[in-house]
Order: sequence, then structure tokens, then C-alpha cells
Amino acid sequence: MTIDVHRHGLEDEEDDKGGASDENSAQLWTYVLGLALATVLTVASFWVAKTHLIYDPGIPMALATLAVAQMGIHLVFFLHLTTAPDNTNNILALAFGLLIVGLVIFGSVWIMAHLNHNLMPMQQLMQMQR
Amino acid sequence: MFGKLSGSAIPFDQPIPLIAGAIVILLGLGVIAWVIAKGWFPYLWKEWITSVDHKHIGIMYCLLGLLMLVRGFIDAIMMRVQQAVAFHGGGYLPPEHYDQVFSAHGTIMILFGAMPLIIGIMNFVVPLQLGVRDVAFPTLNSVSFWLTATGALLVNVSLLVGEFARTGWLPYPPLSELRYSPGVGVDYYLWAVQISGIGTLLTGINFVTTILKMRAPGMTYMRMPMFCWTSLASCLLILAAFPVLTATLAMLTLDRYLGFHFFTNEAGGNAMMFVNLIWAWGHPEVYILVLPAFGIYSEVISTFSGKPLFGYRSMVAATLFICIVSFCVWLHHFFTMGAGGDVNAVFGIATSIIAVGTGVKIYNWLFTMYRGRIRFATPMLWSLGFMTTFITGGVTGVLLAVPPADFLLHNSMFLVAHFHHVIVGGVVFAVLAAIAYWWPKAFGFRLQEGWGHAAFWFALAGFYVTFMPMYVVGILGMTRRLQHYDMAEWRPWILISAVGVVVLICGVICQVVQLAVSIARRNELRDTTGDPWDGRTLEWAVSSPPPVFNFAVLPKVKDAEYYWEVKQRARETERLGREPSYEPVEMPRNSPTGFVCAFFATIIGFALIWHIWWLMIVGLVGAYATFVVFAWRDVPEYVIPADEVARVDRANRAARQEALAAGAAA
Amino acid sequence: MSSADATIPIADPYRLGHRGPNLARGHGGGGPASKRVIVGYGFWLFLLSDIVIFACLFATYAVLANATAGGPRAKDIFELDRVAWETACLLASSFFCGLATIAVARRNQILTQAALIATGLTGLAFIVLEASEFAALHAQGYGPTRSAFLTGFFTLVGCHGVHVTAGLLWLGTMMAQFFAKGFRPDIGRRFLCFSMFWHFLDVVWVAIFSLVYLVGTRL
Repeated sequence: MTIDVHRHGLEDEEDDKGGASDENSAQLWTYVLGLALATVLTVASFWVAKTHLIYDPGIPMALATLAVAQMGIHLVFFLHLTTAPDNTNNILALAFGLLIVGLVIFGSVWIMAHLNHNLMPMQQLMQMQR
Repeated sequence: MFGKLSGSAIPFDQPIPLIAGAIVILLGLGVIAWVIAKGWFPYLWKEWITSVDHKHIGIMYCLLGLLMLVRGFIDAIMMRVQQAVAFHGGGYLPPEHYDQVFSAHGTIMILFGAMPLIIGIMNFVVPLQLGVRDVAFPTLNSVSFWLTATGALLVNVSLLVGEFARTGWLPYPPLSELRYSPGVGVDYYLWAVQISGIGTLLTGINFVTTILKMRAPGMTYMRMPMFCWTSLASCLLILAAFPVLTATLAMLTLDRYLGFHFFTNEAGGNAMMFVNLIWAWGHPEVYILVLPAFGIYSEVISTFSGKPLFGYRSMVAATLFICIVSFCVWLHHFFTMGAGGDVNAVFGIATSIIAVGTGVKIYNWLFTMYRGRIRFATPMLWSLGFMTTFITGGVTGVLLAVPPADFLLHNSMFLVAHFHHVIVGGVVFAVLAAIAYWWPKAFGFRLQEGWGHAAFWFALAGFYVTFMPMYVVGILGMTRRLQHYDMAEWRPWILISAVGVVVLICGVICQVVQLAVSIARRNELRDTTGDPWDGRTLEWAVSSPPPVFNFAVLPKVKDAEYYWEVKQRARETERLGREPSYEPVEMPRNSPTGFVCAFFATIIGFALIWHIWWLMIVGLVGAYATFVVFAWRDVPEYVIPADEVARVDRANRAARQEALAAGAAA
Repeated sequence: MSSADATIPIADPYRLGHRGPNLARGHGGGGPASKRVIVGYGFWLFLLSDIVIFACLFATYAVLANATAGGPRAKDIFELDRVAWETACLLASSFFCGLATIAVARRNQILTQAALIATGLTGLAFIVLEASEFAALHAQGYGPTRSAFLTGFFTLVGCHGVHVTAGLLWLGTMMAQFFAKGFRPDIGRRFLCFSMFWHFLDVVWVAIFSLVYLVGTRL
């Protein structure tokens, strides 16, 4: 019942903009600034790892913090994630994703740590007590 | 040349799979021959196989799901019969075979029966309820369906070529590792589930995007029908949980194929991590199934009580609450693995809390019915059956949520009874209600009510007779998955279960007869207006079946239950609203991409199962080529001219005007 | 449509439409969003699902990190200099991808192809460095079958590498499409997806080099 009166080609599409954000975000300065900040954070991470500038037991936490900060830089400067209203769905989806990531990683590590401790083979337990 | 595949893969020495496989092949070839002889193949190819229309894809999903439900049910019959006769050993199914039967039963019922049915119903209904023409990514939708079909095909091929897994529907290591399962069974499982899992993930992406980004003008979030909210929550869970399944099965696959040590006993592997991760998927999975079911009940109860859904906002809140909390309870599937009191307590409490969300919903359904004008049509019967059944089944779940109780009941028949109680009462009843409710919309004629009622009563009775004894025998100490047993005190209960299966079979027969009779008498049962149930949501505003473009003009929704308001106004003024100004409509072109992609996926899966490496490469190249060919097309859409749209819509308006006049005269 | 309803409309008995409807397109009552927004959002959701896969691999790596089965520990096999070069390559690659996005927006074929080639070459350099690391470890007998720790490491880092390789294949296809069909809207949407994917891979790499390599050498 469908009549092909006019084959609708892709050239005929109007140039659909992705809301206000698209044309404005494709600007050089965002990428240059993002690159600069990311480089600084990367260098800082390697520095923290190689030297004793940070209190030793705090190093993993410091590295995690720097990593999260750099991921934020990528999200804002390269992926153009903002707090504008047309971005709300994107932020909500990201928040949901991060919740799941947190539950999976921290939940699994917590559960497995308990399991490993409770189910340690006797020989290993005795070795630990020597 | 052919990897591990050889003539010995066909079970010539095992009569049951051999005969079953032969029957399936003969039936399949028979159907194909009949279709070709009648000259229907070009029509099937153009309108169904290459269709990207959500309505057709939804119907195909449901057909796949129903067929696999029957296959899973046959596995269940085999198990009940085996247990009924295998007192003090014996029985007709040797253990190696029995193990495959219960593994296939679970895998098929959940992943290839319930999931396709629920996804099929979402596919058909959601775009219509949102007032739009199709989902966000129609071709991707077709790919999703055909990949699911690939998975189902691989599982069924294992009946005749090779074997299936013997590990249960979740293949725990170390049993599922290569050392203890050296055959191809676990590989069939892994690739079937992995491939169809990709299809399901793509469906999740498609529907979240559709529901959040594509609704009719004026349809704000709080004006969406309840089924769309529950579909949204379910698809968010698909997005969150199915990657976990993909990753976990991939790790097991790497262990089996490349000798990795994720879950092995040697070299530091940790089998408990598999159990942890697989249930991090497994628990959200059952909520993926049950949330749309709740949505179906909301629609049905509201329509057949003649009242809007009570407490819409609390329903939305309860749905989102269940969605989030369902990701915080997975440890209750392995309380007994040894995580200890602190961990067990946290997850036990979370599991008890999640029941609150469902409780809110039950009260809202009850208050929807209160002071309504209830019509006991078939869909309403299924919903009422659900309410009693799901509550009692859920309550046994809250009992199991208490870790000390679970230590006695874990993996006993009590557990088996519980999860069948909630899945059958919750999901299966919903699917049957949905089919009865939306069948007229899909096919243009109603289903015969008498046979529908009979099917319901047999199913309800059969369910209770089959599964209530399992609670008793579970408390008496019987564990699940037993091929034979010695305890005399279990025997009477097992026999009652077997009788229950006979009642269920009657229910299935009634359901099949209902379909046959309704199709034969379809002209008497015709739905002329498109609104056979006096519905409240937008899908009842179009003809039955809907035109390919769904709505001639996208509705401008002005409040919740907009269609109901428009209809009431029409009844008061005894006139339809003004005729809209018709414009040409763009629709996506059909495409063989989905089918071809799945064809190569089947080749890849089969090749990997049997270690035929050159065939795997052929499949991968073919799949990549399919993407490129699809990416290279220049004309993705076609246009339906305005007069065609007008003609179709005016026909429906005329039918509705007639009914309005007839209603006014009556 | 009036925004502030003084009277409660009969059609809205449960007062659902308080404060009037939000008329934004694509997330309120304004009707369906544009194709570009829809495609971009759908792909964003896919990326989030991919992040969950990586989360599972991270969790498994964390659980198995100490299961060295008598074989090498993290400290023994991680070479931070190589990791620094890999990081630099991938970061540069992301930057060039950003330049390509600007070139596509300006519909400049030569700049687009140049930026994409730069993206591809730096991405390829990353893969070469990673592949040589894997090959060297394997040659020493420290492959993924040696211990659970190595299994977890190779799978997590290798999965990222497989994603980068697939991305390079996609990049080649995009270059061919821009060359053959110009800057059509649908190809622009596809490129939007590709650039999101490419940046996302750098985000995952940040987590990998910080939490696997750097933490591994210190613990």
C-alpha cells in the first residue's frame, strides 16, 4: 500500500542541528584547553606514582582522584557535557551509569573480600598465623 | 577442516533427542514448503523478514517467544514425569540427559521465552502509546530481533547436533570449565546467550532513547501511560545489567577457549567471582521481566475497571524505586556461599525493602478497581489471577530473604516453587493478558472469550496444583534438579505436581484452541473501530491493525489519558473532532540488514562452538560487510503521500462515526 | 496552552500537570527531538553500557590482582615509560579527533582527512606499543594463562585495545565515507558517534593507566 512517489534521499534532509550545543562546541579553544589540562593531570599522576611527594598509603586514593578529575576534563572539554537543560538526559544517564559502575565494583570487591577471608584454605590461614 | 564436528555429533544412540529433533526438522521443513508452495515467500520477505516496523517486529518476537515457551514447557513435562517415576532410581531419562533438560528448560524459558515475549509486547505497544510512528532506531530493532532468533536457533540446533550444557541455566564454574565440561554443550549455551544478549542490549538502547527523546508533542513525562514508564525502567535495567552478563560469559569463554584463569581451580582463579557477577546480572534480569508485566496490569486493570489508574505518581515512584533497588540485592542468590553475617544482613534487608515498591503497586491496583465498573474480560481475569498469585509468591520470597531461613531452603524445591510462583504469576500471566488485550489491535479481530476463560482457569488451577506441593517437599528436604530420589515421604507431593502438569497441559490446549477458533471465526470477531475495549490510551485511537504510519497526524497531547478525554468529548457532542490537515509521512525503508546480520551471527556462533576457525572468519567478514553495505545506502526512507494518509484515516473516522451514532441511538 | 491553571481542569483530576507542561523538544512536551539528538543520545547510552562491561573487568582485576600463583606481580612487569608514551599517543589522538570535529563542522574535506589521518596514526602507535608489551610478556612466559592476575590484566587492558582496534577500523570506514559522499547529515551523525567513542576510549584509558599501572607499581 505504500507508494514511492518520491524517493527520499539523504541529500534532501534539512541540516538538523543537535540543539544549541553542537555548532558552538566545535571550537578550537575547548580542545586545546582540554588537552592542556589533561596533560597536566597526567603528568601529576605519574609524578605522584614515581616520587614520595604524597604520603605512601594515600597514593592509590590520590591517583584515583586525579583520574576522576581527568575523566571530568574529558567529559566537559572533549565530549561537551554541560549542565544546560538540553543536556539533562545525558547527565542523568551518566549518573545512572556511574551508580551501576560503583555498585558493581565496590559491591563485588566488598563481597569477594569477605568470601576470600571466610573461605581461606586452612593451610593459608595457618601460614598467615606463623 | 570441520573442527570438532563429526558424524558422532548426531545422537544416533539417544532416541529422545533424535526423535524430537527429527520432528522439529520435519515440521520446520513442512512449514517452509507450504509457504513456498502457496507463494507467500515474497510477501513474507518484504513485509515481515525485512520489516523495520515495530509492530511487525513485536509480533515476530511474540511468535518466537510462544514457540519457545512451548518447547520449554515440554522440557518441564519431561522433568515432572521423570521425577514422578524415578523413585529409587530408574526413570526414562539418564542423568546426563536429565541435566541437559533442566538446563535447557531454564535457559529457554527465561531467555528465549519470557524475554522475547516481554520485548515483543514493548515493541508493539510503546510507540503507539507514545503517539509516534516508530522507535528511535528501526533497523537496529530488526537486528535485535534476528539476533535473538539466532540464539534460539543455536539452542535448538544443540538438540540434534552435539549436546546442550549440563550445568543448569547459569553455568557455574568449575563445572562449566573445560576440564569438567569438555563437550560443546556449555559452548552452545555461551554463544546462544551472548549473541541474543547483544540483541537485547540494543533493544534497551532503542527503547530508552525512544521513550526519553521521542514522544508526541505535549506528552510530558507525567502524561505517559504507565506501561511506558515500566518499559523505561526495564530498559534502563537492560542497559545496566546486560553488559555484566556479556562480560561474565566472555570471561568464562576465555577460560574455556584460551586457557585463561578467571574461574579455574588452578593458578589463582576464583569461581565465586562468577557466581557474584552472574547474579549481579541475574537479579536485575527478573525485574527486567516483571516491570513491564506490572505495566501491563496497570493498563488492563485501569481499562477494565473503567477508571484512571489510582496514584499515578506513586506508581512512577515505586517503579523507579524498584529499578534502582533491584541492583542492590543480588547477593541473596548466594547467601550460603560464605560471605558472612555482615554482608548477608545488608543484602537481606535490601531484599526485604524492595518488596515495598511492589506493595505500593498492589494497593494502587486495588484502589483503581474500587468503585469501578469491572468487566471480567479475559485480560482482567489474568490480572486478578496475578494479584493473588504474585502476592503469595512474593511473600515466600521475603521469607527466603532472611539469611538463616535461606540456609535451610537454598536450592531446595522451596526455592524452585518460589521463583516459578512469581515468574508464572507475574510474567506469564501478564504476557497472556497482554496478548488477549492487544491482539485485536494487532490483527483486527478479537479472541474468542469462552476459550480464553477456560485457558485461564486451567492455567491457574494447574499452576497451583503443580507448584504448591513443591513448597512442602522443599521443607521436607528435597533439593532441586534431582534425577531420582529415595525418600518415600516426598513421593505423594511429587505425584500431585505431575497431576498439576496435566491440568496445565489442558490450559495450553485451550489457549491454542482459542487462537485457532478465533482465526477461523475472525470475521465475526472483527474489531471495526480500533477500540474494542473502550480503552484510555493512544493506541486505541488508531485503526486495528494500525496503518504502517500509526498516526495520520501526531496527536498534540493536552493532558494525561488524552484519548479518553477526546473520546468523552466526542460522546457528549455526538461528533468526532475536526478532521486534521493531512501531510505526507516519511517512513523508514525495510532492510534485510537484520536478517543477514543474524545469518552471519549464526555462522560465527556455530563455527566457534565447533572450533571451525576458517568458518568463523568467513562469518566475521560477512558481518562487517553487512554493516558497510548498510552504511553505504543513500535512500533510507520513503514518503507516503498525503492523499494516501487521508484515505486510510478517513476510513477509520467513518467507522468510528458509525459506532458513535450507533452508541448514541442505543 | 495556559501555563498557570487557576481552575483544576476536569481532565486532570490528580493534578498531574502542575506548573504547566515543559515544552522542550525531546525531553519535555515539545515532541520528538531532532535526528542528531536522538542518534547522539542512543550512542551515549551504548557507551554507558560499555562502561559497565569495563567496570566488570575492573572489578575482576581487583579481585584477582593478588592471585599471582607464584608468577610475576604487577611491580615486576609494568614499564611506566611505555605507559607514558601510550598515554601521550591516546591523548594526542583524542585531540586530533577534536580537530576533525571542527573540520567536519566547517565541511572542509582536506582538513577533515588530515585530522582523521593524524587521529588514526596516533591511535595505531598506541596499539603497536601495547601489542609489543603483550608480546614481550608472552615471550617471557608471562602470558594470560600463567596466573589469574595476568588473566585479569591481559583481559582488561586487552579489551580496551580491542576497542581501539575496532575504532581504527571504524575510522577508516568514516574516512572513506567522507571522501565518497561528502558531508551529508547522516554521515555527520555517524561521525558524532565515532568521536564520542574515541573520546570515551581515552576516558577508559585514564582509569587503566591510573588504577592498573600506576597503582600497581606502588602497591
